[in-house]
Amino acid sequence: MSWHQPGPDFTNQAPPIHFPQWRGRIYAILGLLIGLGVAVVFATAVGSVQIPFFTTCHILFSKLPLVQVTHNWPGTLETIILEIRLPRVILAGLVGGALALAGATYQGLFRNPLADPYLIGVAQGAALGAVIGFLLPSPWHAMGFGIIPLLAFTGALVSTTVVYSLARVGKTLPVTTLILAGVALGALLGSIVSYLIISSGEKMHGIVFWLMGSFSLSQWSEVRVVLPYMVVGVVIILLYARSLNVMQLDEEQAQQLGINVERLKLVLLAAATLITAAAVSFVGTIGFVGIITPHAVRLIWGPDHRFLLPLSVLTGGIFLILADVIARTALAPTEVPIGVITAIVGAPFFLYLLRRRKRVIF
Amino acid sequence: MIKIEMQNVRLGYGRKVVLKDLTLQVMPGEMVGLIGPNGCGKSTIIRALSRIISPFSGKILLDGRDITKIPRRELARWLGVVPQMPLLPSAFTAFEIVLMGRNPHLGLFQYEGPRELAVTWRAMERTATPSLAERRVSELSGGEIQCLLIARVLAQETKAILLDEPTANLDIGRQVEILDLIKNLCLKSNLTVLAALHDLNLASQYCDRLVLINNGQVHAEGTPGEVITPQNIKEVYGAEHCVYTHPINGLPAVLLRSGNSQPANAGEKGGIV
Repeated sequence: MSWHQPGPDFTNQAPPIHFPQWRGRIYAILGLLIGLGVAVVFATAVGSVQIPFFTTCHILFSKLPLVQVTHNWPGTLETIILEIRLPRVILAGLVGGALALAGATYQGLFRNPLADPYLIGVAQGAALGAVIGFLLPSPWHAMGFGIIPLLAFTGALVSTTVVYSLARVGKTLPVTTLILAGVALGALLGSIVSYLIISSGEKMHGIVFWLMGSFSLSQWSEVRVVLPYMVVGVVIILLYARSLNVMQLDEEQAQQLGINVERLKLVLLAAATLITAAAVSFVGTIGFVGIITPHAVRLIWGPDHRFLLPLSVLTGGIFLILADVIARTALAPTEVPIGVITAIVGAPFFLYLLRRRKRVIF
Repeated sequence: MIKIEMQNVRLGYGRKVVLKDLTLQVMPGEMVGLIGPNGCGKSTIIRALSRIISPFSGKILLDGRDITKIPRRELARWLGVVPQMPLLPSAFTAFEIVLMGRNPHLGLFQYEGPRELAVTWRAMERTATPSLAERRVSELSGGEIQCLLIARVLAQETKAILLDEPTANLDIGRQVEILDLIKNLCLKSNLTVLAALHDLNLASQYCDRLVLINNGQVHAEGTPGEVITPQNIKEVYGAEHCVYTHPINGLPAVLLRSGNSQPANAGEKGGIV
């Protein structure tokens, strides 16, 4: 073996390797973007009133800027698509993307494959808030905005803040303490929620349905409320993708490679909690998307967060849009809770991936 | 070209004091070796210099600047560390691990462009690791990982390098290759190098200056000839009659023989008898 001594032949030529892999992942992002578009059109076309795919395309495209399409469809179709189905599909996409991204962030930050967006008490806090909302006397529900989402959002943020301050030791935040505090507080809040459900009488059905998640009441107003939180949170997390890669080494090496570990934890926890809270406050605590989507992406495209994060957003969005189509069509006119669908459809697919690629993924 | 200084530094964890009063200097272009028995605080010094732990008292200066005042990212552009047997994420490829060395040079809105890739590749070439580039960490041996860590610190392009047992997992051929490389960098690029070394022979061969640490303080300091003396080795390690002269370059060499162990630091720590 001979040593290549540093010499004047040093140029800025990129190495010949590694670009094929990166190019493949960039193509995957583009491919999933197209897939997302197709999923949106498909999901708006399918429903109790079947609308032809091309008519759906025409109606959707007519609303895009700079596109001229001649109107040749009945106004009722336009109402169904634009006012009933589209907000629901878009909300499902946003929530799926947010949960998958939050899951990937927690898994990366904690270096723990079992982490999911609900690990540090978001879900139980949101559930407690929502259940309190359900149990409030009816005058509260007559206010101009939804009291349940507001309480769920508040509950999620409060419980995570409590977990965070409990786990803090001086200026540092040991990850194990954080997870344990999250699990313990989660159990406490969960039992309070269970008690409230049991004693809730005829409101029990609504509560249980909310907990399992549903998009049945989605409107544009909800999309408008959720969107800013999502955009801010997603942009922040994506900016720290490289830092998350370095964090995979361990905290000591990450610091020696120039990462301010404590600040990184704070920023990413805040951003991931914000998008999770925004996601669950309107549609309930949908399970499975947040923990499994990042793993599926890792299995297929590898552990590099610069690709893992955007690919998780897109995959999670597509997955939840399609799961919601099944949720509202499988037993129409009855709606199946979407949490049931995500596990029934997602788990076998994930197990298949796990068997097919027998190699380390984390 | 930076100077590393520790002035009357007291180091430890929690309430336990590991190093009582340490004063140390490493000049640019100088390769200094930290030697001493297990648990004497070699790694602790490296962790303090890279600001993983902060001293109870005393000052650590980098070119005259207090390191607690230097932001982490800037510090990582001055000072690189090769840790001892670290945990690496097994699903990443070797190239991705070495590329992480570029992190301190990139801001929040920057990404690894052609220059970053070229520097990374170059660092791998210098440590003879390009053939590992697309292998996953889980498939690599301890020695190969050690070489990657050296490559990573080269990719980091720092002015000073701290090494914690850089040759621990390497066969003797690789030990010499890696230390030759580091020594060369030290001389040609005027790097400041501080290495914690277990192997007294390598320490003697490569270091300009040695610092022997025992019982929380500097036991001896100076050239290998001044530090690796029968007297010092007996006092610190409890081994007698093992210091010889290297037949080629006259530096001290340590040759062990069986049945020669004695409790080191008797009365203070005990030892394996």
